[in-house]
Amino acid sequence: MPELSYREAVRDALSQAMRQDNDVFIMGEDIAEMGGSMGVTAGMVDEFGPERVRNTPISEMALAGAAIGAAVQGMRPVAEIMYEDFMTLASEQIVNQAAKHRYMSGGQIKVPVVFRTQGGAGWSPGAQHAQQLEAWFVHIPGLKVVFPSTPEDVRGLLWSSIYDDNPVVFFEHRTLYGIKGDVPEEIEPIPIGKARVHREGEDVTVIATGRMVHESLAAAAEAEKEGISVEVVDPRTLQPLDEETLVASVKKTNRAVVAHEAVTRMGFGAEVAAVLQYKAFDWLDAPIERVGARFTPIPFAPVMESFVIPHASTVLEAVYRTVNKKT
Amino acid sequence: MAKVEAKTTLAKGDLQDVLREMLLIRRFEEKVEERFRAGELPGFLHVAIGQEACAVGVCRALEEGDVIASTHRAHGHTLAKGTHPNELMAELYGKQEGCSHGYGGSMHLYDVERGNIGANAVVGGGLPQITGAALAFQMRGEPRVAVAFFGDGATNIGTFHEALNLAQLWKVPAVFVLEDNKWAESTPELQHSPIRDLSDRAKAFGMKTMKVDGQDVEAVYKTARQALEYARSGKGPVFVHVDCVRLHGHYIGDPQVYRDKDEARKLAETRDPITLLRTKLGVSDEDFEEMDAEVTEIVEASVEFSKNGTDPAPEDALKNVYA
Repeated sequence: MPELSYREAVRDALSQAMRQDNDVFIMGEDIAEMGGSMGVTAGMVDEFGPERVRNTPISEMALAGAAIGAAVQGMRPVAEIMYEDFMTLASEQIVNQAAKHRYMSGGQIKVPVVFRTQGGAGWSPGAQHAQQLEAWFVHIPGLKVVFPSTPEDVRGLLWSSIYDDNPVVFFEHRTLYGIKGDVPEEIEPIPIGKARVHREGEDVTVIATGRMVHESLAAAAEAEKEGISVEVVDPRTLQPLDEETLVASVKKTNRAVVAHEAVTRMGFGAEVAAVLQYKAFDWLDAPIERVGARFTPIPFAPVMESFVIPHASTVLEAVYRTVNKKT
Repeated sequence: MAKVEAKTTLAKGDLQDVLREMLLIRRFEEKVEERFRAGELPGFLHVAIGQEACAVGVCRALEEGDVIASTHRAHGHTLAKGTHPNELMAELYGKQEGCSHGYGGSMHLYDVERGNIGANAVVGGGLPQITGAALAFQMRGEPRVAVAFFGDGATNIGTFHEALNLAQLWKVPAVFVLEDNKWAESTPELQHSPIRDLSDRAKAFGMKTMKVDGQDVEAVYKTARQALEYARSGKGPVFVHVDCVRLHGHYIGDPQVYRDKDEARKLAETRDPITLLRTKLGVSDEDFEEMDAEVTEIVEASVEFSKNGTDPAPEDALKNVYA
């Protein structure tokens, strides 16, 4: 099995799709010669040329809208929105246009477009380059929302997103680009809407997304030393949500922690908690714990940033609370 | 790129058709207004009375395979692009037989088979997608053009500027048709724009601009042909500034308290595109009445068709969210 970084895995999915399919192309700010602000598309312009690795002006509304327009005409564009924070600029086109064309036309239109974006704190970019906005987009009927946390998942899910006939908002996490992991020799498409159990356990289920998957795995290793067995599940796709896998896990462990980096309040975890309490109410032995960022913009100073966002230790504390362990 | 026949003018017979088509749109809109006031049509509606020449002149100039994106004032464009009045009226009645099968309504009219990729209720919302549709045509080497309709109010919104900038940067085959009726809902152009010639906004991007009297359907057609030919030949997008008049309110029931009543009346007397063409062609009262009776019958039939249409089941609302 080859080993790829998360960054290389994204690039590999894009490149392989573009090699086999002329309808697939990528567009975004600084993605050509510069290779994207995160280096994800480095070198791709050399292989595919500037027509298909298309630099755009700093113009999120137009680049999102143009991707939608091209998708409606049968292309499969992948638009890169440089930072998740800038999704706010593109959101009219994504929310009012991409998500609704099929519905408003009574099923006449398909919009096979992917909006790749990335965000996340932990490197002091400040309040306008670090937000996690997945909760905005899971709230919109007509969009699919994907948030992979490993090289294997990001490659297989990006592939599936490109070939999905619906608009997909595809979140990557800034701090994960460098992590490495084994991937299958050939791309194995990962179905959208299928969770992954990263680690099996008996006492508590931690449902985590993005960077928090890794933080939760670290917390699980710590908890194990204390004799607490933690199961870690990554939904990978936030919309549609694999409720079945999440509920089955909680019915087994009887306790749940939901962890994401976005602010806890009104976050994606609230929906997960609601699903669990409704579908596994009689199995729960403790209140569902929620882990996320404090309710502030992301601060700049490293000490404050670290205070605001959740870590492995935050997950561990939540795990302990569910089993009434004093810390 | 395919060679385009240089047919930039309309023959007299064609003009009779054009007159008939504009009259059909007028009678359709009047009927819509009447049925809305009678309480039969849900939602709210914007009619394009006075702007028929722009819709007909531009759409007639299109080739098979060209696409349009329309606005909240979409009935005229939709009929001119070939949707049957029955399908349009049925949509306004919320029936399954409607062109959007009851999912869209007046402001979300789609007829993809006939190249209408959607009317947009967000002002300026369709423009970036027209740039994108044109990009797809360009990338695949197809001799097709994507056309956006929008009003003067839309030239203030970001999507307008971003879409035109990108279109010109990439020289995509798009035509941006500004229907300048001087009103953004109730706000006159003097209050919504600091410049008097909105073409200047397109010129700022280096885009080719053309200007035409939007009440003269022959001129609109001719200008649209030239613009389409230019875009189709790969030279880049064109901005067509159509100077037109809105003879009615922003929406049905708009009391137009913001507008001088005499002005509206004078415009109706002097700038009605149907009267102008009729006079130009010298159509006799008898011939005009015959034409009128014919289109009125089509419109009446569309109402009957719609009233007899099928209501969607409530749970049909759950379909078509995802492909």
